[in-house]
Amino acid sequence: MARAVSTPRKIANTAVGWTIGLLIFFPILWIAVLSFKSEGDAIRAPLEVLSSAWTFESYGLVQSRSDYFGHFWNSVIISLGSTVLGLLVAVPAAWAMAFVPGRRTKDVLLWMLSTKMLPPVGVLLPIYLICQQLGLLDTRVALVVVMMMVNLPIIVWMLYTYFREIPADILEAARMDGAGLREEVLFVLLPMAVPGIASTMLLNIILAWNEAFWTLNLTAADAAPLTAFIASYSSPEGLFYAKLSAASLMAIAPILIMGWFSQKQLVRGLTFGAVK
Amino acid sequence: MGRITLEQITKQFDDTVVIPPLDLTIEDGEFVVFVGPSGCGKSTLLRLIAGLEDVSAGMIRIDGEDVTAVPPARRGLAMVFQSYALYPHMSVRRNIAFPLRMAGLDAAEQNRRVEDAARVLNLTDYLDRRPGQLSGGQRQRVAIGRAIVREPAAFLFDEPLSNLDAALRVGMRLEISELHKRLQTTSIYVTHDQVEAMTMADKIVVLQGGRIEQVGSPIELYRHPRNRFVAGFIGSPRMNFIEGASAAAHGAHAIGVRPEHIRISEEGGEWSGTVGVSEHLGSDTFLHVHGTGVADTLAVRASGEVAYDHGDPIQLTPRADRIHRFDAEGARVQ
Repeated sequence: MARAVSTPRKIANTAVGWTIGLLIFFPILWIAVLSFKSEGDAIRAPLEVLSSAWTFESYGLVQSRSDYFGHFWNSVIISLGSTVLGLLVAVPAAWAMAFVPGRRTKDVLLWMLSTKMLPPVGVLLPIYLICQQLGLLDTRVALVVVMMMVNLPIIVWMLYTYFREIPADILEAARMDGAGLREEVLFVLLPMAVPGIASTMLLNIILAWNEAFWTLNLTAADAAPLTAFIASYSSPEGLFYAKLSAASLMAIAPILIMGWFSQKQLVRGLTFGAVK
Repeated sequence: MGRITLEQITKQFDDTVVIPPLDLTIEDGEFVVFVGPSGCGKSTLLRLIAGLEDVSAGMIRIDGEDVTAVPPARRGLAMVFQSYALYPHMSVRRNIAFPLRMAGLDAAEQNRRVEDAARVLNLTDYLDRRPGQLSGGQRQRVAIGRAIVREPAAFLFDEPLSNLDAALRVGMRLEISELHKRLQTTSIYVTHDQVEAMTMADKIVVLQGGRIEQVGSPIELYRHPRNRFVAGFIGSPRMNFIEGASAAAHGAHAIGVRPEHIRISEEGGEWSGTVGVSEHLGSDTFLHVHGTGVADTLAVRASGEVAYDHGDPIQLTPRADRIHRFDAEGARVQ
């Protein structure tokens, strides 16, 4: 039975919840407000900002100065490409670790995770030089591969966790029913792991979309995604608050919308196996 | 056809030998039950036959053909798991059709066989449901359906009834026996339940510590257990074992008497004691007798009409022609 909660208590809880929610959301809200102001109004005191005139001029300027859709496509290709490539590598890896573990499987998993603890800047130079030697600087291919490698430990870990929840009996039944490895994975394992794979994909797309360190360091113009597009409006000297806000909002909007529509799937995926 | 031969089959995990070299032949059409306590290696042995585990040494033949290195998918065997192991994302129809689909049969033939199996197993009304919408018994029937559609060389059952409640278990036991009588397909059935073993088997294989203790028909094992382990494992309540002077009088280290082979009397019995717990099953009464001086407790099976209270004195006499004699190593003395 649910615990009884008095009405004043409910009101207090709701107020606290909304306050925390608004505090967290405030920066995005403020970016949204600033993006609809003129450059001059955007730097005034907050109350004056709110009372000043609303305008779309920043969006127009941003779009005329830089190629939003070019960056947008780069972001889409890099995040989707690295996710698909990552899954192609991670599904067999996670299958092996979950269903035919060896003596060193746990160590391999921990080692993979430990690479996430390394500051990326530590390997920037070698990766930059490799890309340079291969002529891949400022190409989408380089970013797809690098993003895939950066996020691979997380994809493998998540898939491993989901696969572990699938009873080995069912895969053995498939084997007894005449399924080879390919059929076992395609017809039995993957359909059963769809929720897990979907949330892994979503999380990976979000991570790759938002990633700025590698995208800023390995791209200049041709392959630059939306993170580079935002960065181009941040200047230590100029006053481009309104344009910076407009650019930021345009960059995060697609992922925000995707996250909004898939939040159920995401939460379900991230808590998968927590309650049984 | 489904004659299965195990020749010097051995299984070890790292340094632990789970199954020491073992030989066994299962004839075509036989219903063989592997029985033994937990950890006796019965499930491992079944999985070796299935191909789900690799043998460490030895050879497995099916109809004379060496299948030791053949993957499970191509051994032509079907397995029913304790957990049912149905594909949760497929309907009952697609679950049963799965092996046929893997074998590349055309849709019409798949459908025909699925409908046939469903009719036999009373699943026709459930074909479009998902496993999650079925009861335990229905799920197990689907698992059996999935096994029979492909007409395998042999069925392997791994404790298929353990997850069912007692009443359903008896029903399914009968259904599986019926099915075997009708299909006459070689079946290997693993259980720890000796009642299932006794009622279903043509041949029982009693295992302990990976070794075969005895192979024989249920009645053979009941009447002529080769050693104390088999004597104690087969039969319920279990056989009474008596050591010391009473056993020596019969020229043995230990003697065994089944509860149903002890006669009750008011006086003049061979042993006298007092009744502890009496369990009334209606058809039978099981008396647990203390203070006889020959064993801590003697279990006695009496008719349902017999009524003894806790603490009542009682006289017991074993049937001389039903006494089993064992030597110090536990082997039967002829």
